[in-house]
Amino acid sequence: MSASPTFVARTGNFFHRYANPGQFLKLGARLQPWLTWPAILLTLTGLGWGLFFSPADWQQGDSVRIMYVHVPAAMLASAGYAGLAICGLLSLVWRHPLADLAAVEIGPVGASITALCLATGSLWGKPMWGTWWVWDARLTSVLVLFFLYLGHIALIRAFDDPQRGYKAAAILALAGAVDLPIIKFSVQWWNTLHQPDSITLTGAPTMSSSMLWPLALSALGMGLGFAAIVVARTRAAVMESRIRALLSSPRRRGNAA
Amino acid sequence: MTHLPYIAASYGLFAIMALVFSVGAALRLKRDRIRLATLEQKAPRKAGAAPQS
Repeated sequence: MSASPTFVARTGNFFHRYANPGQFLKLGARLQPWLTWPAILLTLTGLGWGLFFSPADWQQGDSVRIMYVHVPAAMLASAGYAGLAICGLLSLVWRHPLADLAAVEIGPVGASITALCLATGSLWGKPMWGTWWVWDARLTSVLVLFFLYLGHIALIRAFDDPQRGYKAAAILALAGAVDLPIIKFSVQWWNTLHQPDSITLTGAPTMSSSMLWPLALSALGMGLGFAAIVVARTRAAVMESRIRALLSSPRRRGNAA
Repeated sequence: MTHLPYIAASYGLFAIMALVFSVGAALRLKRDRIRLATLEQKAPRKAGAAPQS
């Protein structure tokens, strides 16, 4: 039993090493160009390759090109929520001050990328399935993820005391993480209209390398872009909290006097 | 390319979203950096000015 608090304390020390806002601003400023420029380069290369140079699918024709936006968006929707859940864990267990600020900033970006995933899925579904939407397990579980993001955004701003909002949102983020394996395995657990995964960690991909490469590049580029935007927004949030502290300190002194 | 409108809409939506978020984040960072620098410059002056008043 004594090993558990030691582990928690040790892990907490590791995370708190990067909790200092000043250190985070320095690290973020150094990291920003290394995320931003590769993101722009890889996304443009991947999407350009997918749009103009990759082959059309023998069954789906050119509409398969929607995949180069839809699949990375779907991956990022889940990855973003996993990030939100990690922030929730860091906030609840270790009271990491930056985890709450990061969670506030991940929410809108994650919700938008999930909306993009749903929209591009509909745009792909209409010509392929003949319908914009079906209450299929994969589509419905991603829609639930979108509502979880919206709930998180609303909850974190719903309290006068920000700490209560952070705590409630962290609990929602952790509880909502149960949707992630449901999204991942929905195409295996249920008979869905949505196709099974073409890329898995264990098996060989079931798509041609002429499609796989542009998809990998756009997924990597969009992933770095997501990280770059979240880092930039979190840096801005840290600066805003410093600004609020600077603005409120003379008032406090004035009130005390 | 009979599916061109669907493809264009997908890429267009992504481009709009990427632009809105990246430009928004860049402008927010720039504004906050300027405000913070201004406040941090003023802060010591105020502290120095307090005893005189």
